[in-house]
Amino acid sequence: MTCRDATELIADYVEGHLPFRRRLSLRLHLALCRSCRNYFDSYRKTIQASRRALDEQPSPAPLPEDLIQKILAERSRDQRMN
Amino acid sequence: MQETIALGDSALVTALRAGDDAAFETVVRDYGARMLAVAERLLSQHEDARDAVQEAFLLAFRSLDSFDGRSQLSTWLHRIVVNASLMKLRSKRRRPEQSIEDLLPRFQADGHHANRISRWGRSGSETAEQNEAQTLVREKIASLPESYRIVLLLRDIEELDAETVAQMLEITTGALKVRLHRARQALRTLLDPIFGNPFR
Repeated sequence: MTCRDATELIADYVEGHLPFRRRLSLRLHLALCRSCRNYFDSYRKTIQASRRALDEQPSPAPLPEDLIQKILAERSRDQRMN
Repeated sequence: MQETIALGDSALVTALRAGDDAAFETVVRDYGARMLAVAERLLSQHEDARDAVQEAFLLAFRSLDSFDGRSQLSTWLHRIVVNASLMKLRSKRRRPEQSIEDLLPRFQADGHHANRISRWGRSGSETAEQNEAQTLVREKIASLPESYRIVLLLRDIEELDAETVAQMLEITTGALKVRLHRARQALRTLLDPIFGNPFR
């Protein structure tokens, strides 16, 4: 298995979709290849960082009142037409 | 303005189907903020996000009969606003998308990594450093080519399942998987200068 091969398997590996034999081959490669160990580690951290960055945004501000009224007005118009 | 009322999901949906005005206002006030936040993640223009939320509520009110109660009302509305946002994206005339190739990992002819891969070591333990890092991460996500950014947001952030996202984007699950992997790889490349340690 080359580093290119290993890199193509990351997504299935982190999501637990890799068949047993492939997983074994990949783990053997990771045991021997520091570059790929670092790459896998950073790939996982990329997913975690993106979740943290967007999940930990401040709670959303209330919907602006003008938009609320616009939505309710549109709904009333829609009801009258149907 | 009518007073909003506190009701459980099923009672609220019953009231909505009966055309109860107070129930409609409750739904808009209770769920609208979160829906706008979702739309703003997917659409870079604030006005587009507002339009998408408005369209989403209209679609929701028109299709109440399709809500079968197997999921929560919030989940159903979430899907509707995601779809409305994607429709908005499709309707806008966009510049040709930049290529992602330069952000993907490179390999030598023998399959080894062409560039040195350093270990990520920055812990960001100080709050100020964490906040700065999160701002940078959000900026890097926003800079991804649109079709890759959307896939990353829908799968990794909104945590919609692969089949649902593939259906929304009108692509196969195989194509989605490839696109998501490339999106993550590209984001990793963009984040490497922030989190990587060139000495490790």
